[in-house]
Amino acid sequence: MKSANERNAADGNHEHWIPLLEVAAREVFELMLSCQLTGPSVAEGTDLDVTAMVGLAGQLCGVLSIRCEGKAAALMTSKMLGVELHKVGREMPDALGEIANMVAGNFKNKISGLSEGCMLSPPTVVTGNDYSMHAQADTSGLEVRLQFESMPMIVSLQIQS
Amino acid sequence: MSIRALIVDDSSVMRKIVERSLRQAGVDLAKVFEAGDGAQALSVLAENQVDLILCDINMPVMDGLEFIKQLPGVTNAKDVPVVMITTEGSESHVVQALSCGARGYIRKPFTPEQAKEHVVPVLGGKS
Repeated sequence: MKSANERNAADGNHEHWIPLLEVAAREVFELMLSCQLTGPSVAEGTDLDVTAMVGLAGQLCGVLSIRCEGKAAALMTSKMLGVELHKVGREMPDALGEIANMVAGNFKNKISGLSEGCMLSPPTVVTGNDYSMHAQADTSGLEVRLQFESMPMIVSLQIQS
Repeated sequence: MSIRALIVDDSSVMRKIVERSLRQAGVDLAKVFEAGDGAQALSVLAENQVDLILCDINMPVMDGLEFIKQLPGVTNAKDVPVVMITTEGSESHVVQALSCGARGYIRKPFTPEQAKEHVVPVLGGKS
């Protein structure tokens, strides 16, 4: 017998996953960066020029992405590695990719049936904002707006189920 | 007692985080070797003796499960405990890892204390 989450995944109703997406992100930041995300954020007018993406394939297909400003990405890296902010360099994309990977993994582990039936891709990190993203998603997607150290951060999930 | 650990993960950032977490939690690491995949880890073990292996599952070239399947044939690693560290949290992944020879399983994200809780029991008093 399918769980409620599995049935909702099948019928395309994903709105109730938004709190799980938020909790998944909050837990990663609390456990791995020792900081609390607050929110919601107002991202309009800010330059969210770092995007970390992880693909999901299997029972749930889609892309989870985390967008933030470059200075937020550097601070995340600093906190994650325990190094001073001015010493953060080439590690930043790797760190942001790992954060996206952990949020995606933590999210799918919270949904009955997805932990077993959904694989994650290696993360991809894009810097810069002069691009458009076109995912093969058949829903409007889920979005959680948060603040990391008073800087805006958006966690989103584009779903093709 | 100080231990020598091998950390296997395709993310250099995650390798640093694992080392930092264990040190923060009070695990006495005398020496840390790093490898980006299972094949590199086998090369490290061909020349070095370690007391503990911490290993990701999803890696290029040779994944973590294939790596630990090969450990019984490695002289330097026959009785070395392996703890998996991964975002894959499903029951089947845990069972698969344990049946391949892993002695522990840490799900990311984790705190330093959680990492220590999984590592110390497999060290048999060496920590």
